[in-house]
Amino acid sequence: MGRTLAEKVWDDHVVRRAEGEPDLLYIDLHLVHEVTSPQAFDGLRATGRSVRRPDLTLATEDHNVPTLDIDKPIADPISAAQVDALRRNCAEFGVPVYSLGSRDQGIVHVVGPQLGLTQPGMTVVCGDSHTSTHGAFGALAFGIGTSEVEHVLATQTLPLKPFKTMAITVEGDLPAGVTAKDVILAVIAEIGTGGGQGYVLEYRGSAIRSLSMEGRMTICNMSIEAGARAGMVAPDETTFEYIKGRPHAPQRADWDEAVAYWSTLRTDDDAVFDAEVVIDATTLSPYVTWGTNPGQGLPLSASVPSPSDAKDEVDRIAIERALDYMGLEPGMALRDISVDTVFIGSCTNGRIEDLRAAADVLRGRRVSEGVRMLVVPGSVRVRLQAMEEGLDTVFTEAGAEWREAGCSMCLAMNPDKLAPGERSASTSNRNFEGRQGPGGRTHLVSPQVAAATAVAGHLASPADLAPVA
Amino acid sequence: MEKFIVHSGTAVPLRRSNVDTDQIIPAEYLKRITRHGFEDGLFSAWRQDPDFVLNRPHHAEATILVAGPDFGTGSSREHAVWALQDYGFAVVISSRFADIFRGNSGKGGLLTAEVEHAVVEALWEAIEADPTLEVTVDLEQREVRAGALVAGFDVDDYVRWRLMEGLDDIGITLQYADDIDAFEAARPSWKPTTVAVI
Ligand code: SF4
Repeated sequence: MGRTLAEKVWDDHVVRRAEGEPDLLYIDLHLVHEVTSPQAFDGLRATGRSVRRPDLTLATEDHNVPTLDIDKPIADPISAAQVDALRRNCAEFGVPVYSLGSRDQGIVHVVGPQLGLTQPGMTVVCGDSHTSTHGAFGALAFGIGTSEVEHVLATQTLPLKPFKTMAITVEGDLPAGVTAKDVILAVIAEIGTGGGQGYVLEYRGSAIRSLSMEGRMTICNMSIEAGARAGMVAPDETTFEYIKGRPHAPQRADWDEAVAYWSTLRTDDDAVFDAEVVIDATTLSPYVTWGTNPGQGLPLSASVPSPSDAKDEVDRIAIERALDYMGLEPGMALRDISVDTVFIGSCTNGRIEDLRAAADVLRGRRVSEGVRMLVVPGSVRVRLQAMEEGLDTVFTEAGAEWREAGCSMCLAMNPDKLAPGERSASTSNRNFEGRQGPGGRTHLVSPQVAAATAVAGHLASPADLAPVA
Repeated sequence: MEKFIVHSGTAVPLRRSNVDTDQIIPAEYLKRITRHGFEDGLFSAWRQDPDFVLNRPHHAEATILVAGPDFGTGSSREHAVWALQDYGFAVVISSRFADIFRGNSGKGGLLTAEVEHAVVEALWEAIEADPTLEVTVDLEQREVRAGALVAGFDVDDYVRWRLMEGLDDIGITLQYADDIDAFEAARPSWKPTTVAVI
């Protein structure tokens, strides 16, 4: 019987297999950041162990870093201590680290791909759930806990029980104005935040094939929001084109050998998935979330749901709670929801293509009076590229704030936060209660919808805006 | 990890059930960056009360915690195990443990010995009558002994083997270092490394 893409990558990394025991899997790339690594390094110190492959390990500072005045010491003592600990640990154990101020610093899931470190068929782990992003290259990439981080540091392997596989096929042409973010919000609304539990999702179909690498990363990134361990897209010409010429891409003869191998990384025609979901791309439209989990999303043209629409009692309570927290009334048009803040950034939508899309909407327009708009590039390289293209000027002329790279308001560990009761349209991935600051209310949207919302002052798509004079 | 064959020490009777990991160590301690030193967070809310059993001087040196059923429920934080160990506990005895907590304990080297609830009751009474009572937890025999009391306990076979061999997860994997070497030797040379390219 044929094998799925995930099974092929898994099989190629089995170091040891024994009856009744988990497989021991080799890890090709271990990404590290300041929040989940300190205890792992401390554990190594306590047991006198070293990092087996510092050359397959890469650290960057992202979760805690400020996006203003980055040449000054970090003001928050906890953030400063975590960043400091990362620097000391990396120095002690010989792990390369891209610190604040480095040209390669940025969100861990933006840095790996942009350096060409994330390649098809690899196993990639990080102490961070959105490691699933790297699956866009046909890598098996998933988040791990702190003791697993220590395990990988010490052994470059992980004992793991196999995951189940689920095919998510998105077939047909995406209508104009519909982005990767809308696709994944629609998928999560369809299968629910627990629908992917225990699975690796493989995104397939013509709509997925037509997406750029940035779009595929946006989709794989949010696999975790459907409860999945990982998301994957089989590598193709788009993938190879993206990797070619990047700093860590294979060169010359190695390139040909690599591409030959990568080309084998697709699900066999006779392979069987444990579950399958099919979505008709032609029916999709811009999606926004109205509630407090990423599964509570609807087309922008819809209205806020009512608890009486619930399919069962659990759902009814969830809707009630979400409406209460979000301060929304059932039946209100989603387009009538006004926001105070617009955030463009994060490992979901903080890449160059996302900034270009937002800038295209803002060019010649102004951010609405009373709306604060933050544009936070996912990495320093994205930031520099955007400036080279003059996007920073587009943002600042429109009245948005152009910031330094990092996770920023995606999780509000740094000073970029919503005040209690404030409402945002955000291109990030989690709209949990308090995620962007205690009491803050988040609507997840695509970069295009975020930019249009900034201009309109309420949830809107670019098509809703008056043409630029 | 040190080998765990037999452990003897004094014990603390914690007459509470459903001790969740938020009680074992509150969330505020999770911001720390060290792997050790969590003893101050252990049961920190309860320890505000001078009468709380852990605050009694004759239990200061105890290494065995005897608790009510459903110990370790709630969030999966590994810090709960670390806090118990940092405080000095080598064993928790209860009639039922939460799954994730038991898993984390096995990984961290803290023995969770599952006994009949009647045994917990008998231990509580015996320890309260004589706080200096020596309690022995014999992992080889799967037996708890305290004065006249002798009772069997349950522990996962794999965890028992690991504790007796003194192996943590990493220690076990390192036994297969040859397999890892062989795998690495066969990896394609073009696989990327993180060494900076100029
Ligand atoms: S951008 Fe947000 S989701 Fe992504 S790694 Fe940072 S905090 Fe996590």
